[in-house]
Amino acid sequence: MRDVLLTVVRGLGFGSVYALLAVSFVIIYKSSKVISFAQPALMLAGAVLVSYLAGPVGFYLAVPLAAIAIAMLGWGLERTTIRPMIGRPVFVVAIITLGLDIAIRVVVNVFIGPDVRNVGDPWGLSTVELLGLPVQERYIAMAVVLLVVGAGLFAFFRYSRYGLAMRASSLDQETALVQGVPVGSMTALAWAMAAGIAAVAGAFVGAGGGVDQSTWVIALKALPAIIIGGLDSIGGAVVGGLLVGLVESFFATYQGEYLPWLGQNFSLVSPYVLLLVVLLVRPYGLFGTREVERV
Amino acid sequence: MTAVENQPSTGGGEPAPAKGRRPLGRPMLYTAYGQDMALLNTGAKKVAVAVLLVVGLLLPFVLEDDLLRLLATGAVLAIGAIGLNLVTGYAGQVSLGHAFFLGIGAYTAAVVSGDPEDDQLYGLGITFLPVWLIAGGLAAAAVGFVVAPLASRLRGLYLAIVTLGLVFLGTHVWNEWDAVTGGIGVGRPAADPVLFGVDLSRRTEVFSADQQLYLLMTALLVVFALLGRNIARSAIGRSFAAVRDRDIAAEVTGVDVRKVKRRAFVISGFYAGCAGALLYSITGYLDPSSFGLLVSVQFVAMVLIGGVSTISGSIMGAFFIALLPRLTRELPEYLPFLSSSATETPNVFQVETLLYGLLIVAFLLLEPRGLFGLWVRIRNYWKAWPFSY
Repeated sequence: MRDVLLTVVRGLGFGSVYALLAVSFVIIYKSSKVISFAQPALMLAGAVLVSYLAGPVGFYLAVPLAAIAIAMLGWGLERTTIRPMIGRPVFVVAIITLGLDIAIRVVVNVFIGPDVRNVGDPWGLSTVELLGLPVQERYIAMAVVLLVVGAGLFAFFRYSRYGLAMRASSLDQETALVQGVPVGSMTALAWAMAAGIAAVAGAFVGAGGGVDQSTWVIALKALPAIIIGGLDSIGGAVVGGLLVGLVESFFATYQGEYLPWLGQNFSLVSPYVLLLVVLLVRPYGLFGTREVERV
Repeated sequence: MTAVENQPSTGGGEPAPAKGRRPLGRPMLYTAYGQDMALLNTGAKKVAVAVLLVVGLLLPFVLEDDLLRLLATGAVLAIGAIGLNLVTGYAGQVSLGHAFFLGIGAYTAAVVSGDPEDDQLYGLGITFLPVWLIAGGLAAAAVGFVVAPLASRLRGLYLAIVTLGLVFLGTHVWNEWDAVTGGIGVGRPAADPVLFGVDLSRRTEVFSADQQLYLLMTALLVVFALLGRNIARSAIGRSFAAVRDRDIAAEVTGVDVRKVKRRAFVISGFYAGCAGALLYSITGYLDPSSFGLLVSVQFVAMVLIGGVSTISGSIMGAFFIALLPRLTRELPEYLPFLSSSATETPNVFQVETLLYGLLIVAFLLLEPRGLFGLWVRIRNYWKAWPFSY
């Protein structure tokens, strides 16, 4: 029982980070119908920036600073490479983001160097007693960040003018334009927000273990999460992220015991198996909008 | 005069000739559909292909061995790129899983050709090249057949992500299945290119190993390119394009979309499998980590940089990507701040990876038709020279 609960806690902890990353994918998807393969690079850039800033200004200030800086980067990417591609097939734009990802990661890797960089988080691997369970503090921090960011996004989309404008332009760009919504600026804002959220997620991916040149792969686990949740649903992304975290955590704990023939480290690829299963049953994810087919 | 006599002679009596005679001195005039759809439909193309073939045959006697090896690799990559272009460019099914199919082909070939005496690794000991080549291709094609139903359920980027997932699952399998792959960091010898008792990867009395490999791979590329071109210009290719441009409209006009998608994945899988099998017989060794996401991205880059839905573009793109490392190695001579050692920054390896990314972005932004588009622009400019319109 104790093992199960600890597995659940770890799953929800990492799941929160995946959920944050998934949300960043979904925000971009909703604004421009593109899956941004640049998120791994933006996440890594955020984590590395935090690792450099945490020394002089402390972790708690470093995270928002890094988020703002990476948000500016995201905004710049949208203006220079995504905006000229409006009206072109989404596949082509997705491949552009893939190219951006490769290019940005080369630069970020220079700043990481060959070793693991500590992001300077205050938790490390220390635990706190919670209902009789030794729970790692970083998992609590991850869940809290997801709650804070999630609540902030909910309030933003529900109550602010910009949130309304973004919802309008994601619903129908032309109609929104007619109503006086600057659709282009909203797309840029979406990119900035998504990049900022990815940077925050990066800081927490590094919490406890640090980041190295291969950490970017973690951001791709958000892909199963968004597909499972449905590409255009922020709530679905959160559920998908948590689900991916749980599945991964359970495989990490029990697969070696019960399904040893799947090989070591199967937990790392288990999200993709989950993805295949979900898509075979529900091609538009659990919460996604079904596309209407027209000629 | 009866009604029958009024009909045009081609309708009643003999059928219209599929290939009429081309009038002399009128290179742009086609008098039959068959002429327009011919493999080499202009005189310039005939000349260019002939020249390219002659140059290709003469190269091994001119160039150094290491360059030949690079060109042989380029030829194999071109086979894989044609495969990806058939499924992604012609049929419009975005696949980021090309590395996975490549891996299946490479390992099937390695197992078929492997040493049966080895108690660590599976091996059947059939080293005859056509056997393991076709086995690798067929194995990957079979997996393409299994994966294809996903494509008929999913569209666009959903499919891209599922195929990306395949690469990760594939990498896991290669890492864990020691009896086939040798395991992480160990690897296994790749398939031996033996043709009629001659091991082409070893030097013989007449040719060096690289000369033989270059000639072999170039010959195979010609075969596969011809096959690809014929697929593209026949009914299969047209049904691919119909599904790509509007799948529902294609369905309405009587194209079986599921079947077409399945066909696209099977054909692309076959190409990728063959390319995978050949690619590592050049180096003679293959490691489980050789089939990661970067390989898929490189193939996507070849297709996009070369030119979407063109066979000649895929070939150009593949040679471009194959020669890119070599070109960046030359850079430190001209840019003294670049280092050629991997431990210093900035070094050529970083520039190489950076170039993959930036070239993809630049081509898509500035010349979406890729190198093929550049060529078309140059051709059209000189066609009308000195009049710009």
